[in-house]
Amino acid sequence: MSEHSTGTNYLNSGYGVRSWLLTVDHKRIALLYLGSVTLMFMLGGIFAALIRLELLTPMGDFFQADTYNKIFTLHGIVMVFFFLIPGIPAVLGNFLIPMMIGARDLAFPRINLLSWYLYTIGALFTLYNIVVGGVDTGWTFYTPYSSSYTSTNIVPVALGIFISGFSSILTGLNFIVTIHKMRAPGLTWFRLPLFIWAHYAYSIIVILGTPVIAITIVMLALERVFRLGFFDPALGGDPVLFQHFFWFYSHPAVYIMILPAMGVINEIVTCFSRKRIFGYSFVAASSLTIALLGFLVWGHHMFVSSQSVFAGLVFSVLSFLVAIPSAVKVFNWTATLYKGSISFQTPMLYVFGFLGLFTIGGLTGLMLASLGIDVHVHDTYFIVAHFHYIMVGGTVMGYLGGLHFWWPKISGRMYPEWWGRLSALIIFVGFNLTFFPQFIVGYLGMPRRYHAYPPEFQVLNVMSTAGASILGVGYLIPLVYLIWSMRYGKVAPANPFGASGLEWQTPSPPPTENFATPPVVTEEAYAYDKIPVPEHRAYAG
Amino acid sequence: MRSDLPLFPVAASAEAREVDLLFLATVLLSIFFASLITALLIGFAIKYRRRPKDKPPAPIHGSIVLEILWMVIPLFLALTVFVWGADVYFQLSRPPDDTVTVNVVGKRWMWKLQHPSGRREINELHVPLGTAVRLNMTSEDVIHSFYVPAFRVKADVLPGRYTTTWFRATRPGRYHLFCAEYCGTQHSGMIGWVEVMEPEAFQAWLAGGVGEIPMAAAGERLFNDLGCTTCHSPGSGARGPLLDKLYSSSVKLQTGERVPADDAYLRESILYPAAKVTFGYQPVMPTFRGLVNEEGILELIEFLKSRSAAGVEGEAPVAVPPPAAPQGKRPTP
Repeated sequence: MSEHSTGTNYLNSGYGVRSWLLTVDHKRIALLYLGSVTLMFMLGGIFAALIRLELLTPMGDFFQADTYNKIFTLHGIVMVFFFLIPGIPAVLGNFLIPMMIGARDLAFPRINLLSWYLYTIGALFTLYNIVVGGVDTGWTFYTPYSSSYTSTNIVPVALGIFISGFSSILTGLNFIVTIHKMRAPGLTWFRLPLFIWAHYAYSIIVILGTPVIAITIVMLALERVFRLGFFDPALGGDPVLFQHFFWFYSHPAVYIMILPAMGVINEIVTCFSRKRIFGYSFVAASSLTIALLGFLVWGHHMFVSSQSVFAGLVFSVLSFLVAIPSAVKVFNWTATLYKGSISFQTPMLYVFGFLGLFTIGGLTGLMLASLGIDVHVHDTYFIVAHFHYIMVGGTVMGYLGGLHFWWPKISGRMYPEWWGRLSALIIFVGFNLTFFPQFIVGYLGMPRRYHAYPPEFQVLNVMSTAGASILGVGYLIPLVYLIWSMRYGKVAPANPFGASGLEWQTPSPPPTENFATPPVVTEEAYAYDKIPVPEHRAYAG
Repeated sequence: MRSDLPLFPVAASAEAREVDLLFLATVLLSIFFASLITALLIGFAIKYRRRPKDKPPAPIHGSIVLEILWMVIPLFLALTVFVWGADVYFQLSRPPDDTVTVNVVGKRWMWKLQHPSGRREINELHVPLGTAVRLNMTSEDVIHSFYVPAFRVKADVLPGRYTTTWFRATRPGRYHLFCAEYCGTQHSGMIGWVEVMEPEAFQAWLAGGVGEIPMAAAGERLFNDLGCTTCHSPGSGARGPLLDKLYSSSVKLQTGERVPADDAYLRESILYPAAKVTFGYQPVMPTFRGLVNEEGILELIEFLKSRSAAGVEGEAPVAVPPPAAPQGKRPTP
């Protein structure tokens, strides 16, 4: 690193394990998260590959049924709780929130480190569970199967999720206090980058929602271990009550996963079109609207659960309402491109991917909010396709776009542009080939979580597996070249993309204290009319 | 359409066509919006691609008119789809008056079905063409979900309560029956077939069981075997209430509250007798948990239904359609 650094930065300010494991620098903690989250993503990806391998043939001949059930359960648990939920906030949020608001660090640097340790301990419990035999309930842990019937190890994995939940809560708390109290002089609420608004909305959901899943997990463990009757009718409990508790958190959790990705999109779409965001206040307000309405729609996961028809109506209409702020965002991002100066570098390609895939995910979400359609497609591959369009097509696209956009700032090196574009394209193609056939096979009636399936569904499943192979290659390429670039990439200037945020006004990689002199803000966010357009990059490597 | 690559499911009921119509309408709406966004993205990307020596574009802060338009138009469309979807949902969740009932017990990992005539089936359901069939369902263990894609119907099957769904088949054939709620190791093996038959063929099939007696008669036998008559009979010294006209009546409880004597109430009173004690009686009834299984309870209920329909004199049962139990009625208060 030293051959290009003009001075000390957060990467070369200390060496050795202690300097990393005991750091309270938000940038180093972000890198700790980057490492852990990447490992968990790879683990979840391996499980995904095994699922697709089994579904290549209809007979259920590759794994035993029990093994397959554990594989899809662990795929869900690892991806949801240890990749999608912490991913963008813990890596990009941690790194960027203090820098974007001109602060030296988060409000509580030690608590920030504690969050990473809690996350790691939670992840270790989950890994322990995998080593001692896994768990087979699905990531949804529906009772009474999970509390009274399965013979697999629920408690370690429940404990892992419980502990990592505190990591989320503390991160959310840290973000809210930081955003309130540590903004640079002149950085009023309506001058904040929308990335900050998105993380603010994320933090509200995390703080209000995560305690509910924690309590639910405790109740599940108490029923399983001490036979206290909360959910099992044989013990006097109510199995549907569990679903209410679970989705009261896990539906908002969808917004926990997508809001930070939406935050990333704002930053990239403005930078690579050289435009202010279209309708700033509407985009900001839509994040908060999503956070609040997101708490009122959990019952749309339960339209066929024996929930009353009236409850179904209420949850259905609220689910239609929550789609509006998401639509507002998509329209505003599209309008931002109007009369811009658009270049197609890797982060922008991910934004185009995000916009296309998230739109399909959102529109199919409206179909699912519609009661008459949901009865048929609930618990089929139609649902599986829908939420992968949101979670993978939305969140992962946003995450990778953001990682490329800020990689020069994080690592001090450029990623290889040609490889970046190639892999973005491969991911887009592979993604659609994997998940679009699942809409069709879902409407045909193939239930999810099936180890074996009727033979007429095979062709569509083979397409899906072929797509997953392409998608896997698409994910491996950035893994390789990003690691490669840390040593061999071109040295990055402070602001390689000519972007407007405060984080670009300090060297790459930034010094430990972020800014040599604390910045003062005198203008709105995304003032791209005052920044020269960088050299013509539209088709250049 | 090739049989090894189906792209759209068979519709074997009138309701399935309603669902498909709604679905295809939303697909068209989605294609419209997805194409609109894609066209704008591609159009802008080409038209406003960066050129050498581009000056910074003039900032555009937004447009209140556009914001309102793209909130109000999608909202209007969304609410239209909501109302349409709700209308279809009402049809799917409200059985008509002229149904025949089939009892369904889900158990890891099989479907046990019984017709009122006594004919039992496992993982197969024979139904007559054109008749509305109501399913009265419960589970012996975990949550299952009864799903027939060809009818576009699905309803969770829960332990400890009765749930309902219904369909009227309009096309003879054999259709998949799936368990749609993950229920453990052999979840994907908890599958079967619904066979839609011409009514005459169905009647012949229904009469073809060997050694099967109608559910009500089986319930009566069980009623006697379990010793229910010891208390629930005219000669018992009135320790327990008479049950002849009980079914679908309104029962006054010790608390003064009145509850409908539906399937859920009867099931609860057999398994948890102290939960709702009839006004004027002592809570002396023992529980029958462990002594009678879910299928036995369904037979007992069928017996009480027939007694209620027949009247106290014990006339031959009159063919009165059973009242539809409300979906998701809970046995506990």
